[in-house]
Amino acid sequence: MTEIATSKVNFRDIDNILKSFDYNKSYLIAMLQKVQEVYRYLPEEAMTYIGEHVDGLSPATVYGVATFYAQFSLEPKGKYEIKVCDGTACHVRGSMPVLNAIRNKLNLKEGQTTCEGGLFSLEIVSCLGACGLAPVCVINDKVYPQMTSDAISTILDTLMKEEGVA
Amino acid sequence: MSEDKKTLIIEGKEVEFTNEPNLLEVIRKAGMNVPTLCYRPDLTSFGACRMCVVEVEYPNGRKMINSSCTMPPEAGIKVHLNTQKVRNIRKMVLELLLANHDRECTTCEKSGACELQKYAEEYGIRHVKQYAQREVMVKKDASSCALIRDNNKCILCGACVRACDEHQGLQVLGFANRGSKTVVEPMAGRDLGSSECINCGQCAAVCPTGAITINDTQLDEVWKAINNPEKKVVVQFAPSVRVAIGEMFGLDAGVNSTKKINAVLRKIGFDLVFDTNFSADLTIMEEAHEFIDRLQNGGKLPLFTSCCPGWVRFLEIQHPDMLDHLSSCKSPQGMMGAIIREYVPQNHEGFTKDNLVSVSIMPCTAKKYEAKREQFKMADGRQEIDYVLTTQELGRMIKEAGIDFKNIEGEEPDSPFGKYTGAGTIFGVSGGVAEAAARTAYEVVTGETLQNVVIDDMRGTKRVKTVELDLKGTKIKVKIVNTLREAEKCMREIKEGKADYQLLEVMACPGGCINGGGQPQSCNDSNIKELRAQGLYTDDATGEWRKSHENPEIKDLYANHLEKPNSHKAHELLHTTYVNKRTNCYISVGE
Repeated sequence: MTEIATSKVNFRDIDNILKSFDYNKSYLIAMLQKVQEVYRYLPEEAMTYIGEHVDGLSPATVYGVATFYAQFSLEPKGKYEIKVCDGTACHVRGSMPVLNAIRNKLNLKEGQTTCEGGLFSLEIVSCLGACGLAPVCVINDKVYPQMTSDAISTILDTLMKEEGVA
Repeated sequence: MSEDKKTLIIEGKEVEFTNEPNLLEVIRKAGMNVPTLCYRPDLTSFGACRMCVVEVEYPNGRKMINSSCTMPPEAGIKVHLNTQKVRNIRKMVLELLLANHDRECTTCEKSGACELQKYAEEYGIRHVKQYAQREVMVKKDASSCALIRDNNKCILCGACVRACDEHQGLQVLGFANRGSKTVVEPMAGRDLGSSECINCGQCAAVCPTGAITINDTQLDEVWKAINNPEKKVVVQFAPSVRVAIGEMFGLDAGVNSTKKINAVLRKIGFDLVFDTNFSADLTIMEEAHEFIDRLQNGGKLPLFTSCCPGWVRFLEIQHPDMLDHLSSCKSPQGMMGAIIREYVPQNHEGFTKDNLVSVSIMPCTAKKYEAKREQFKMADGRQEIDYVLTTQELGRMIKEAGIDFKNIEGEEPDSPFGKYTGAGTIFGVSGGVAEAAARTAYEVVTGETLQNVVIDDMRGTKRVKTVELDLKGTKIKVKIVNTLREAEKCMREIKEGKADYQLLEVMACPGGCINGGGQPQSCNDSNIKELRAQGLYTDDATGEWRKSHENPEIKDLYANHLEKPNSHKAHELLHTTYVNKRTNCYISVGE
C-alpha cells in the first residue's frame, strides 16, 4: 500500500465529507456520492479511509457497497458522463446505432468506458423513465431526446469544440 | 424463562417453545432437524441457502413454504419438515449450488467434512444440469500462512462474513459486486495475506464447504522431517487439543485425551513429546510476576494478556498506541519453543542445535502466523518453532498413519517439560489465564496458601466477565473478554479513561482456544464448546497440582536455569517485543 503516499487523494477533503455526516455509517451511500462528486470516481484509498474512520464499517464493507451500486465507478469517469439508455423502448427505437456512433467518435475500444484524455465517459443504463422521448441520452444531467447517430455526433462535436479539442 | 409457554406442532408432535429466536431452534430442541448450510447458532440468521425450508400450515388452513432459520415460531402452527414439496425445493437448491460449484470433490481439503457434499449425497443429486456451469476457475488465495480461500467452492452463504464481523468486528471479508458476479473477498479483491486479517480462522470454522480452509501446506514438511533420520523432531501440543481431537475419532467432545495424544505422537514418529500446558504454567510464573511488579511499582495498567496471537496482531494493527499495556511474555507456544531450543540439546543425547526440528500442535490458525514472527527468530535466522499444525491437521496425520486413536494405550509425556498443573490446562478456555494468574498472584502477594482455587465468576463462555479479587487488602479488578468485538470496546473504555480494571484477558475466539479456528469443526452445535471447556475444568480438578508454581518441573527449571521469574535469563528466553503494524492507509487527518 505504498502508492498511497503519492496518491492524489486528499484525505483532509475526505475527512471533511465524513465530518459533514457526523461519521455516521447510515450515510455511507451519501458519503460515497460526495466523494465521487469530487474525484468523478471512488479511489481505493478514499474507500479505505472511510472504512477505517467510520464506526462499524471496514474497507471491505465500503468496497462491497461501492461495487453493488451501478452509480458508483471505481474507474475515473470523464468530465462529460454520457449515459445511453438501452431500456426496451430506447432499444427498439435504435439506441444501439447511437451507442456505436459514440464509441466510434470517442475511439473507445471494447470494454473501455472513458476516452483518452478523460473528457468523456460512456455508460449504458437501463430505462431512464423517458420512454416517450426514446432513444434518450443524458450528458451530465442534461437530457437529449430522440437521438440518432448523426444528432449525437453533432452534440459531441459541439462539446469538443467548447473544450478546444476538436 | 418467565415468558408464557406456547406450543406448535412439528411433524404431528406438540412442541413447547418460549423465547427461541427462530423456528429452526425449536425444531432442534424438539430433537428433530432440517438441513442447513448457512445457519450457525452463534451468528445472526441470514436465510441465504434456503435449505432449511419447511412447510408451515396455519390454523386457517393456509399453507406456505418458509425458511425455518428466519421465521419466528408462532403458536398454533403445524410444521412439516419433509413433504415432497419441501424436498423438491431442497433438491433444486442443491442442484443450483452445485451447478456453479467446483465439484472436484475427491481432492478437496473439505472432502468428507463438507456439508454441501453431505446433503448432495443425502438428497441423491445425481445430475447437475448445465444451468450456469462455472466456466472460469478463479485462483486459490494461499497468501495467508493460516488460511486458504478458494472462491470456486464458495456458495455465498455469508457465514464467514458474519463471523468476521460479529465475532471480531473486523469485516476483513465482505461481499463484493452484485447478482451472479457476487464474491466474498477482502477489500478490492486483495489477498488475505496482505489484509488486516488476524488469522483467527473463525471464517474457516463456519464455512460449510471448502471455500475457506486451514492452510495445511506444512503437513508434508512435518512428515518429511519425521522421516528424515538426520532430524530429531520435538513436538508440543496445546491445552485445547486434548479435549477436541477425540471428536474426529468418535469420542465425545470434552473427553480428555492427553495420554492418548502422547502415545499417538510417539507412534507417528516424533522423538520427544512435550506439553504446552507446562509452558502455560511457565507463562503464569512470568506473567503473574510481571503483573504484580506493574501493580506495586506503578507500571502500565491494565495489563493485557499476550497468549492469543490473533489479539496481539489486532492490537499491533488497530491500536499500536496500546502496545505498552501488553504483557511482554511470549505465549505458551512461544515460551515452549524457546525452552526446547535452549534446553533439549542439553538434556537429551543426540539432539543438537542443528538437527532439532520443533513442531507444535495448536487449536489455532493464528499460531501458524505467530511462529513466523520476526521476534521469534533465532540468531541464525531460523524460527524457534519450525512448523505449526492445527488439531484438524493432527487428526489427518493420525488417520494417514493408520493409528487406532480410540483404542490406543495412553502414555506419559517426556521429561522435563511434560508435567502440568490445572492452572496450565485451563489456559484453553476464556477466563482460564486470569484464573491461573490469580492463583499464583494471590500466593505471591499474600504469602499465604490459597485454599479455594476455583474462581467461578471467571468461568463460563460469556463474552464479558468482570471479577473483583481481594488479595488480602490489595483489591484488584479483572476483566475477561473473548472475541475482538468485545476487546475493541475495552480499548475504547481505556482510551476514554473509563477502565477501572488492572488486568485484561483477551482471547479472540468465542469461548477461547477450545473453540479455535484449528479445532474440529463444531459450528452447528453450541454445546460442543461448553463440553470442551468442561473437559479442561475437569482436568484441572482432577490433576495433582492446581497452581503453576507448584509444578515440580517449573520449580526445577527456575532452580537450575532461570533463577527467578522475570530474571535476566527469563527475559532473554521468555519475553518478547511488539511492533506497530499500522500501514499508511490508516493515517488520520481528522484527529
